Amino acid sequence: MDPILEFIDVCFSYHSISGETPALAGISLSVLPGEFIAVVGPSGCGKTTLLSLISGLLTPESGEIRLFGKAQGTSGANIGYMLQKDHLFEWRTIYDNVLLGPQIRHSLTSKTKEQIGSMLNTYGLSAFKDSPPSALSGGMRQRAALIRTLALEPDLLLLDEPFSALDYQTRLEVGDDIGGILRREGKTALLVTHDLAEAITLADRVVILTHRPARVKKILSLHFEKTFDTPLKRRSAPCFSEYFDEIWKELKSNG
Amino acid sequence: MDKSLSAAQARYLKIRSRHKRRVLAGQILLFFLFVGLWELAAYTGILNDFIFSSPSRMTVCFIQMTKNLSIFGHIGITLAETMGSFFLVMAFGILTAMLLWLFPSLAELLDPYLVMLNSLPKSAMAPVLIVWLGNNVKTIIAAAVSVAVFGSIMTLHTGFKEVDPDKIRLIYTLGGKKRDVLFKVLIPSSVPLIINNMKVNIGLCLVGVIIGEFLAADKGLGYLIIYGSQVFKMDIVMMSIVILCILSMGFYRLISLLEKHVGRS
Repeated sequence: MDPILEFIDVCFSYHSISGETPALAGISLSVLPGEFIAVVGPSGCGKTTLLSLISGLLTPESGEIRLFGKAQGTSGANIGYMLQKDHLFEWRTIYDNVLLGPQIRHSLTSKTKEQIGSMLNTYGLSAFKDSPPSALSGGMRQRAALIRTLALEPDLLLLDEPFSALDYQTRLEVGDDIGGILRREGKTALLVTHDLAEAITLADRVVILTHRPARVKKILSLHFEKTFDTPLKRRSAPCFSEYFDEIWKELKSNG
Repeated sequence: MDKSLSAAQARYLKIRSRHKRRVLAGQILLFFLFVGLWELAAYTGILNDFIFSSPSRMTVCFIQMTKNLSIFGHIGITLAETMGSFFLVMAFGILTAMLLWLFPSLAELLDPYLVMLNSLPKSAMAPVLIVWLGNNVKTIIAAAVSVAVFGSIMTLHTGFKEVDPDKIRLIYTLGGKKRDVLFKVLIPSSVPLIINNMKVNIGLCLVGVIIGEFLAADKGLGYLIIYGSQVFKMDIVMMSIVILCILSMGFYRLISLLEKHVGRS
């Protein structure tokens, strides 16, 4: 299978008057269709930079990013990006918030409306269609943000610590919820997180980065038995703590 | 009252509404106390009512000017000038602030000049305006606009710059361009800012109009004040000031109404 996304020796630095801050130093990795990849690393190591590069908000200083085998920018790949906070607009109803992407891309057809309507139904938000975002709980808001992202039918989904703004209990629920949704829809996803448990419960592979400037320290493939097929169930799997220890050691040892 | 309310909630609401009523009553009392004391002082001769006027003299003056209809002309022209300059300030302020937001280099370039123009006392410009534009309404409008517009541009531009960068990032991640950021984030999120700026500007426009009328008018409340003081008819002066108080209050209320309306929809 050809990879959806490839990083080939990508470097990136931030510039300011006071100096240059290298963020990524030669990152190479690839993501296959349908895979769920989690990227973990010490805070401030350039995880968000990685996502900004993939989505084209930033361009690499050297190296190459390829989407569907073509250079980023010419690939026409449809990338969905979920930010840390939901950023639902208070001046729009939930329904209008979810329609934001198609409105911007002028791709709002009755078919997309229908799909969005059914997603709102499936994920228990149809009763809140005409409510302002402030009427929703944190978990529901995050689900609305996910539907907003999925409304553009992305080929690749980027998740930037999408659960970090939620309280712990909601976080477990929403993680389970959204992980399940993404598996069901067969989406390829790249999750950036500093929560190791979250990475292990959601991902097929975990990419461990070093301190800034980030390099790929190790890529760990996760294998769970069929009985532990949801994020919450994975937490009780015996190999969960083994994976946890392994990633923990890798992170600690990189100095 | 709703029967489903608990006793404690009902008591709380009662205390709240009683408090509100008391404040209102106090405000009304204060008004009558002030007017009454003024009238009393003028009546007993503590205040010289030739210089300080009095509520009753002002009322007489107002009735006279109502009978010959002249007062409506003066109020009308001041109202029209204030509204006209206010709309000009808002339109020019919002458009310029947007332009500065769209082109940050332009904002950097113009920054010292805007700061200077904003802190320049605009009354210093008034004689110049008369020479340039003549002894007419154009000068008055220009004076009023110059008082409010630079501050408005700076306030709005600063507000625009403070829009959550992540919300802007969201638009870009959804494939939007700067135009989408402008129409989908900047403008809708700046509605409260713009309304607050309106409240400041309506007051400043009134100030500018009165300054303009002092110097270049033969009509309007500012003209009445200057005329009245020159011929020593303090009744006209004080009455005009009271009408100005009522006007500025009315303008403020109007914008508050707009604020409520926008907040609801």
